Amino acid sequence: MTTTLYVPGDAAALALGADAVAAAIDREARRRGSEVRIVRNGSRGLFWLEPLVEVATSSGRIAYGPVAAEDVPALFAAGLIDGGDHRLRLGPIERLPYLARQRRIVTHRVGIVDPGSLGDYLAHGGGRGLEHARRLRPAEIVEAVTDSGLRGRGGAAFPAGIKWRTVLDAAATPKYVVCNADEGDSGTYSDRMLMEGDPFGLIEGMAIAGLAVGATRGYLYVRSEYPHAIARLEAAVAAAAPWLREQSVDFAIEVRKGAGSYVCGEETAMLESIEGRRGQVRAKPPLPAVAGLFGRPTVINNVITLASVPAILAEGAAGCRDHGVGRSRGTLPFQLAGNIRYGGLVEVPFGLSLRQLLDDFGGGSRSGRPLRAVQVGGPLGAYLPASQFDTALDYEAFAAIGATLGHGGIVAFDDSVDMARQARYAFAFCAAESCGKCTPCRIGSVRGVEVMDRLRAGDSSQIELLRSLCDTMRHGSLCAMGSMTPNPVLSALDHFPEDFA
Amino acid sequence: MEVQEGHGLAAIIRRHGRRPDALLPILHEIQETHGHIPADLVAPLAVALGLSRAEVHGVVSYYSHFRQAPPGRHVVRVCCAEACQAVGAEALAEHAQRRSGDLTIEPVYCLGLCAVGPAVQVDETHLHARMTPEKLDALLARLERAS
Repeated sequence: MTTTLYVPGDAAALALGADAVAAAIDREARRRGSEVRIVRNGSRGLFWLEPLVEVATSSGRIAYGPVAAEDVPALFAAGLIDGGDHRLRLGPIERLPYLARQRRIVTHRVGIVDPGSLGDYLAHGGGRGLEHARRLRPAEIVEAVTDSGLRGRGGAAFPAGIKWRTVLDAAATPKYVVCNADEGDSGTYSDRMLMEGDPFGLIEGMAIAGLAVGATRGYLYVRSEYPHAIARLEAAVAAAAPWLREQSVDFAIEVRKGAGSYVCGEETAMLESIEGRRGQVRAKPPLPAVAGLFGRPTVINNVITLASVPAILAEGAAGCRDHGVGRSRGTLPFQLAGNIRYGGLVEVPFGLSLRQLLDDFGGGSRSGRPLRAVQVGGPLGAYLPASQFDTALDYEAFAAIGATLGHGGIVAFDDSVDMARQARYAFAFCAAESCGKCTPCRIGSVRGVEVMDRLRAGDSSQIELLRSLCDTMRHGSLCAMGSMTPNPVLSALDHFPEDFA
Repeated sequence: MEVQEGHGLAAIIRRHGRRPDALLPILHEIQETHGHIPADLVAPLAVALGLSRAEVHGVVSYYSHFRQAPPGRHVVRVCCAEACQAVGAEALAEHAQRRSGDLTIEPVYCLGLCAVGPAVQVDETHLHARMTPEKLDALLARLERAS
């Protein structure tokens, strides 16, 4: 009998040696004459346990980890094939507390299915959202998304249904669907994991968006730093094309590779890049929903937003709407990153506190020293001190303390961090990545680095100038790059003034 | 004007189409083939796509991914973004820069390996997690020997 073993092909698992583990399993199985089938699944997102090997047994999938290639002969000797006991045996994967305490909806197939197999996707409930959408009128699809309360997961949290409605109502044709997979924020990797672990879920979401607004062409813009995700998506797009045709869904997707520009994650800069130009932002209005790609009405949504859509159509809007708090409906796949003991993907409903995520899931710092600051929402997000760790993970609660949830990335720093250095870095990053279109961002970021250098050299008179500069950038910049760079700078200054003295 | 056959440019353009929005995919394929964007391709590429040389040069120079000069035998990119900073990436990058040899060592801002940093990428597809100066020295020595 053939036994199925799962060895993640996720980029983080590869970085920890998963290819060598898969090769060792194949070698050892041949040597022993065991018939095994190795599936390169996505990652479950428990990264301190990667490479995490699972074996399918009559009592479910049994996990082992972290497995090194050298462990493989001993694992076989211990009866790996039957889920046998070994010091690396973790037990049934679903019962690991880190996973059992989550509510995985958008990422529920990641780590479970074979991302290279459309058949496996369909066998795990894939395709039902599109099947339902095909029987609806476009306005009904938009209504379902609106009813779910789904807000854009890229960071801006704009209601997806309202964006789709605008594109549906626009008269100009053709219309486009653009998936923003330019996940450039440090501390975020949920888009990457989904693209590598469940690419068909994203494709189905894009096809539903196409039906909803009347678009027959979609672009998937992925950053060049994600070559493994790009390869997965290109294979999945090719495999999905005949499947879409069989269902008479006229929708073609082109995967576009970015080229190392952070600001191309800003939607209008992304459109410029797809059109073949420098990734410079456009002034709004017009909104991309009215005049977007090639000047036509365009839906632009993040990976997680689009991948959330199939379940909304298949299970109904309530599945999303009934989770969460206030106006933050559904779940968000948070990503624990940086100096954290148990770093990984944590999809939970909005409303938990940041502290629950850091302590109950994260287990404190990796270094063992006290956590001093946490940056939430990427390079443009605020640094939070321990006194704010009880803030609820909810868009409005974060806005109320001058912070942002962004794309759900949470980067932890221990007490060795120098917050003035982090503030300087925020300006330096902005200076390097500014598209150059507007002056507050292009020049302000460079001046910011200079001000921080004088301040760190002991000139405390620079603090007033620093605040004034941040005020100018915040109110005068064309997009979030310039207007939100003051978030990390001022939060560092306000919460950690001792580092600026 | 016909595109010159130099560097296989004509075939690349045929594959992607003579449209301005094909510029980035074409540049990616040129770089995959040659390791960088040879300066003498800018003019014929501009003609083929109906763009000015300034527009093509502007795109090549805007995006940090595109190289205007050939890299070393191997490209080693050390992630220097916040999540990796939190676990010692800056010291690692400084350590890496002290090495000479025929390797291109440069920073990169996020590889999406933020829970297992510091992260390092070699020649686009080879990834390394939880890097330390000692492990990096061993990796670089191996790359120098292999080439």
